[in-house]
Amino acid sequence: MKIFRSHVLVCGGTGCSSSNSALIKQRFEEKIKELKLDEEVQVVATGCFGLCEEGPVVIIYPEGSFYARMTVERVDEICEEHLLKGRIVRKYLFDESAREEKIKPLSEVEFYKKQKRVALRNCGVINPEDISEYIARDGYMALGKVLTEMTPTEVIQLVKDSGLKGRGGAGFSTGMKWSFAAPNQADQKYVICNADEGDPGAFMDRSVLEGDPHAVLEAMAIAGYAIGATKGFIYVRAEYPIAVHRLEIAIKQAKETGLLGKNLFNTGFDFDIEIRLGAGAFVCGEETALMQSIEGKRGMSRNKPPFPANKGLWGKPTIINNVETLANVPQIILNGPDWFKSFGTAKSPGTKVFALGGKINNTGLVEVPMGTSLREVIYDIGGGCPNNKEFKAVQTGGPSGGCLTKDHLDIPIDYDNLTAVGSMMGSGGMIVMDEDNCMVDIARFFLDFTVDESCGKCTPCREGTKRMLEILDKITEGKGTMEDLAKLEKLAVNIKETSLCGLGQTAPNPVLSTLKYFRDEYEAHVLEKRCPAGVCQSLLKYIITMDCKGCTKCARICPVGAIEGKVKEVHVINQDKCIKCGACMDACTFHAIIKK
Amino acid sequence: MDKVNVTINGITVNVPKDYTVLMAAREAGIDIPTLCYLKDINEIAACRVCVVEVDVKGVPMRNLPASCVLQVQDGMSVRTNTPKVRNAVRMNVELILANHNRECLTCMRNGTCELQKLCDELGIDDIEFQGAKREAKIDNLSYSIVRDSSKCILCGRCVSACRDVQGIGILDFTKRGFKTEVAPAFDFSMKDVPCVYCGQCIQACPVAALRERSYIDDVWDAIDDPEKFVVVQTAPAVRASLGEEFGYPVGTDVTGKMVAALKRLGFDKVFDTNFSADLTILEEGTELLSRVTNGGKLPMITSCSPGWIRYCELNYPEFLENLSTCKSPQQMFGAIVKSYYAEKEGIDPSKIVSVSVMPCTSKKTEANRPEMEVDGYRDVDYSLTTRELGDMIKRARISFTKLPDEHTDSILGDYTGAGAIFGATGGVMEAALRTVADILTGKDLESIEYSAVRGIEGVKEASVVLPIGGVDTEVKIAVAHGTANASKVLESVKSGEKQYHFIEVMACPGGCVHGGGQSHVSAKARLDVNPKVSRANALYELDRSLPLRKSHKNPEVMKLYEDYLKEPNGHLSHKLLHTHYVKRDSYIVEQEEEFAKMLEKLDR
Repeated sequence: MKIFRSHVLVCGGTGCSSSNSALIKQRFEEKIKELKLDEEVQVVATGCFGLCEEGPVVIIYPEGSFYARMTVERVDEICEEHLLKGRIVRKYLFDESAREEKIKPLSEVEFYKKQKRVALRNCGVINPEDISEYIARDGYMALGKVLTEMTPTEVIQLVKDSGLKGRGGAGFSTGMKWSFAAPNQADQKYVICNADEGDPGAFMDRSVLEGDPHAVLEAMAIAGYAIGATKGFIYVRAEYPIAVHRLEIAIKQAKETGLLGKNLFNTGFDFDIEIRLGAGAFVCGEETALMQSIEGKRGMSRNKPPFPANKGLWGKPTIINNVETLANVPQIILNGPDWFKSFGTAKSPGTKVFALGGKINNTGLVEVPMGTSLREVIYDIGGGCPNNKEFKAVQTGGPSGGCLTKDHLDIPIDYDNLTAVGSMMGSGGMIVMDEDNCMVDIARFFLDFTVDESCGKCTPCREGTKRMLEILDKITEGKGTMEDLAKLEKLAVNIKETSLCGLGQTAPNPVLSTLKYFRDEYEAHVLEKRCPAGVCQSLLKYIITMDCKGCTKCARICPVGAIEGKVKEVHVINQDKCIKCGACMDACTFHAIIKK
Repeated sequence: MDKVNVTINGITVNVPKDYTVLMAAREAGIDIPTLCYLKDINEIAACRVCVVEVDVKGVPMRNLPASCVLQVQDGMSVRTNTPKVRNAVRMNVELILANHNRECLTCMRNGTCELQKLCDELGIDDIEFQGAKREAKIDNLSYSIVRDSSKCILCGRCVSACRDVQGIGILDFTKRGFKTEVAPAFDFSMKDVPCVYCGQCIQACPVAALRERSYIDDVWDAIDDPEKFVVVQTAPAVRASLGEEFGYPVGTDVTGKMVAALKRLGFDKVFDTNFSADLTILEEGTELLSRVTNGGKLPMITSCSPGWIRYCELNYPEFLENLSTCKSPQQMFGAIVKSYYAEKEGIDPSKIVSVSVMPCTSKKTEANRPEMEVDGYRDVDYSLTTRELGDMIKRARISFTKLPDEHTDSILGDYTGAGAIFGATGGVMEAALRTVADILTGKDLESIEYSAVRGIEGVKEASVVLPIGGVDTEVKIAVAHGTANASKVLESVKSGEKQYHFIEVMACPGGCVHGGGQSHVSAKARLDVNPKVSRANALYELDRSLPLRKSHKNPEVMKLYEDYLKEPNGHLSHKLLHTHYVKRDSYIVEQEEEFAKMLEKLDR
């Protein structure tokens, strides 16, 4: 293997790719060649580094220099200064790295310091399109170990002992799941990787697949060996083209290397994997609907039992694990259950990846030990809310989860704790909201999503969520009554209790949790016809303050003639006429028009 | 089967362990409400109307599970009448109602609607949660079936009937979320899809989202027109179901009252399709003998069921030559009415309006096939279902139950037991065997009940030894009912696994007695009675009660040959009574532009 003195890692994740990281990489290669450094410096496209807010991200090793918000224009200077002359270009570094005299390498940046990367260990480190880089990081050693040294029962026991729980949302013990499928006799069993990540704002699984696809393939083969399956399917969204592309490359390389296919490690064990693309229906992340979709049918949930472990894909025993769950498995095998349990809490060992989004400084992907508090994730890693706005709530678990308040910030994150306060872990979406977010509007947003994405099979989910949405619409339009709040709760409880699958059973959570913790906001909308956050358009009022100089600009620009006033006197908006277009506020030179 | 103890509302029952809670509750005398549930056909737990509270050995189950799919366990305790359950059931029904076109008073299922019944039982007097309704439309472009999505409650019963029972699958859930609909692919009309119009979807539908296209008004117009001579024929299976419209138990033979009612409705002549069923046997039996002795295409397959014919044309064009060229009894009858009968009675055939009453919705499409006419006269002008006849009788304010038994008119009204059993699966085969065996043996055989071809097993096989060309030959036969079973038989013939001489196919499960035009039997009633069996029994009963039980003994049919047709499969027979088939393509949209528009709509 060729040795290079410097490595330029360019993020090739979806976020940075969409801000032209491919062109940046290309310019690096050209310039390095121009400078005749191509024998000494290697340029690599990696998976996601996590700090997407600062993308496109480029890291140069051995220094670990963290260049943020890169542009093609900056490449030449970095090549000439940093790579040729060994002078780090301070002005292009990530702000925090260059803040003090001593330049902070990537590993010392606050965003990374509190993280513990298990599922993401190779993301942003290796070239995901090169199997040898994965192998160099102990890749496929776990598979070799289970095939040559362990019985399937021992593998299952080890995974059970580790306490690994499903990272897709429900948090069911992975080892238990495997142990249900293992004893079932069948001519064919299946392992399915659920990569149909559909929560708005969540991209944990995408990043793992983009950054470390082999970890998932290896884990699937291990699972196959454990339960006696020889065939695997990865069900991945078609909207993840980079992930799909890298999976295709990874499967091809693994087959060529003999790490997938027939007679793995000369043990007689066969395992093959195929990719199936999901067409973008949220419900297809629900396991029974997912299996229907793989079978070529319409993705609709069905009643459980029978559980997939007994009757799954094409009626055969099947286990379905989420991407992140699987990405943990090889490390658990190699390092043992005690190592895994050394992170996290007693009931929820290990780490969890979260996609941080919303009103937060460091938008991106983080992996922290279970038991880390929401405060640590949001403030220490996420950098808090931008523009010094006040934190108001955090939504976890996507459309199935709930909103938590600042009173919950010190709760150690794990499955049970989040459920106990009316939210859920979910797959790991974490959307932060500040004082400018209206909680009724947030609940409405998530419900709008479920109304569209329900599979349409069962009555409460299909019809009930729509009726809830209509009530929320009414409230945000200022037409709600206190009776509507009661109706909303009544519907929510019924949908939770009588829906067929997890989608419907959790769909009312965003409403229930906001009703519980932000009831005053609902009541402000209903009783005072006021949106405290100033979001709900119908409830807004534009008001001219005493700062008005009487320039008449606003009165002239108002399309409906709602503003009256004499020159050099404070103007007044006629609220009955105002259509709340905001044109006056934009036009006012003296910031004398406010909305509230 | 192992049994387990389950407590339902405090009553302990000992039931087989594969029972669902719903079935166990029935044992305890508790009738859990259902809506999407259709035993053995649609058990998908979708409507959430059958939810119950359960705990197992003292541990409460999460949420309220659906009793229609929840299997019993030892030590299970179920409560069906708690405030929680009552409220949940009520709310789910209200949610369905909120998105349902509630024009009950003017709805054709008024009185037979399962949703309406449920509302009555649950005492729903108000719909608390109202709001927007799903975009709805009516597709009435096919001759047979009308789909009204404003009535659809998305129970999925039609989907399962079409896809799983019939193996066709032209209906499925489309779109998602609140916009979910049950519809053909790409929102095609039922006219343009490979639908065979069997109407099993209508039989499955608890509401009026799927119903037959009605020709009642056309028939009234004809009756009321003094210039027209309106004749009516009634199919064998109709008499075994019509009574259900007037409160008779499922499978009551009401032939006499039916004839009396038809006469009172004002039809000029009341005839019987049983007559042309006998006629069919002579034509088809002769065709079979000719194929067997002259090396014709075998196996020969019956052609009485228009649903089956369309299924074959769409899916198995390679078997078109195997189909008997005989028109169905409905069409034969029509052709004879406007030729032989018109001539005999001196009536201008252009003045004759030929009406049929059928257990079938596919017959409506068959009657409208362009080739189904002779010398420009349509064989059948209007085809009604059993239900439509029931409606006409009600509208004419005829007290059906008080009617005397009356007889059909001559010269097309006589029938034998062989014609009578045409309506049950295996009936055509049995009738054919009765005649063919007599012809081949030259005897008047006494053993005429072929029990091997009776009953509701999906595919029935038998062999009969008959002297063909003087040599005793084993004639192999098969009977399939329901298109999924027909497909099984054809596949086994295609692969060479099976060889038959003669196959009977009826498109509907159970045959015509369970056709798409028959009286509705609710999902709940079907737990106690099997209409396929009960109605078939009525026909076999009728057969046993008749003095003549072989088609070739029908005096009026014999007279028809003597005076007019001369011989089966003769020149005139071919002109009037035989037809041809064509390979059909499906999902054809005539204009590409229309298709582009459709795709654009889908994108939105």
